[in-house]
Amino acid sequence: RASSDGKPAKFQPPPKPVIIDKKKQRAERRFLSPEFIPPRGRTDPLKYYMERKDMIQRRKVFDIPEFYVGHVLAVTTADPYANNKSNRFVGICIQRGGKGLGATFVLRNVIEGQGVEICYELYSPRIHAIEVLKLEKRLDDNLMYLRDALPEYSTFDVNMKPESRLEHEEVPVNKLQVRMKPKPWSKRWERPKFNIKGIKFELPESKMQEAQKWSKPWLEFDMLREYDTSKIEEKIWREVNEELKK
Amino acid sequence: QGLLRRSVSHSFLSFASVTEACQAIQKLTRVRVVDNSALGNTPYHRPPKCIHVYNKTGVGKVGDKILLAIKGEKKKALIVGHKMPGPTMTPRFDSNNVVLIEDNGNPIGTRIKTPIPYTLRQREGEFSKVLAIACNFV
Repeated sequence: RASSDGKPAKFQPPPKPVIIDKKKQRAERRFLSPEFIPPRGRTDPLKYYMERKDMIQRRKVFDIPEFYVGHVLAVTTADPYANNKSNRFVGICIQRGGKGLGATFVLRNVIEGQGVEICYELYSPRIHAIEVLKLEKRLDDNLMYLRDALPEYSTFDVNMKPESRLEHEEVPVNKLQVRMKPKPWSKRWERPKFNIKGIKFELPESKMQEAQKWSKPWLEFDMLREYDTSKIEEKIWREVNEELKK
Repeated sequence: QGLLRRSVSHSFLSFASVTEACQAIQKLTRVRVVDNSALGNTPYHRPPKCIHVYNKTGVGKVGDKILLAIKGEKKKALIVGHKMPGPTMTPRFDSNNVVLIEDNGNPIGTRIKTPIPYTLRQREGEFSKVLAIACNFV
């Protein structure tokens, strides 16, 4: 554009593009640890309220990261019989169980050809640090079938470097299909009761059909077994967040 | 590799199933010898089996002494890991591990490569020689 003087116009930079950060616009991703959700039953909710207060107290002092089944964690615990009094174990989380203060998680690793599993209590004062080394969810909630899988799927390097991670990204799902050792297995994982999607079954079709004999298709429609936790989760989420911000 | 796949011979008589570990180590459990002794590592047509547990109850946990029958001989051994889950924070192994030992407590092998639980260090007096030859701890 020519200016009023007739001289060439002063360079005007193009207007800055407006960056709409969709991540912030998207609802903040909520993760409520599964041990906060009370199980279905007739116990007094006061008991769960008191447990939650203690759990929040512990979380204020010690940071428990968000993790799912399938993450690779490194846990340092206090051990009176180890050198330096502390003991570090790296493994993949295969199961998260228990509610309230007794919540546990089981880590598995194969060291020197020997499979080792350790069940840790999340809120135990003996735990010094939990680091998340690799973040990935798996197709199942329970990876107990790794005991019958080939050992390469449970081996993780003890000196693995922790992976960096952006705060608001979705946790990636690893759709790995694990290959198993020859049968017999500790449990019949092909049966529909376990509903496992993460195994590559190399069994003949006749065996897979036979396993379907034990399927109970009516279970998913059983209304007495329904336990809708969405409202409870909302309440507990608000309560926990308020307490943690104090 | 020491993985014993339990194979049941399909003769016309046997419909026996082979059970996994229910309790920890007791009489007639097949164990895996983890040190590098000659007696533990030479192959034999029968796996080493426990024939007696030196305990008030007949069930052996980590740190108990047992009597093994290996290659037609009787030998004492120390349990260093079992498949049964123990107290929380203690490791649970995928096989019943055992270290061959003399009557006075001296281990027969010279090195133990498989990981040993730290809880054995509690009884440093009895097992000092076994702990001395262990390489990895869990």
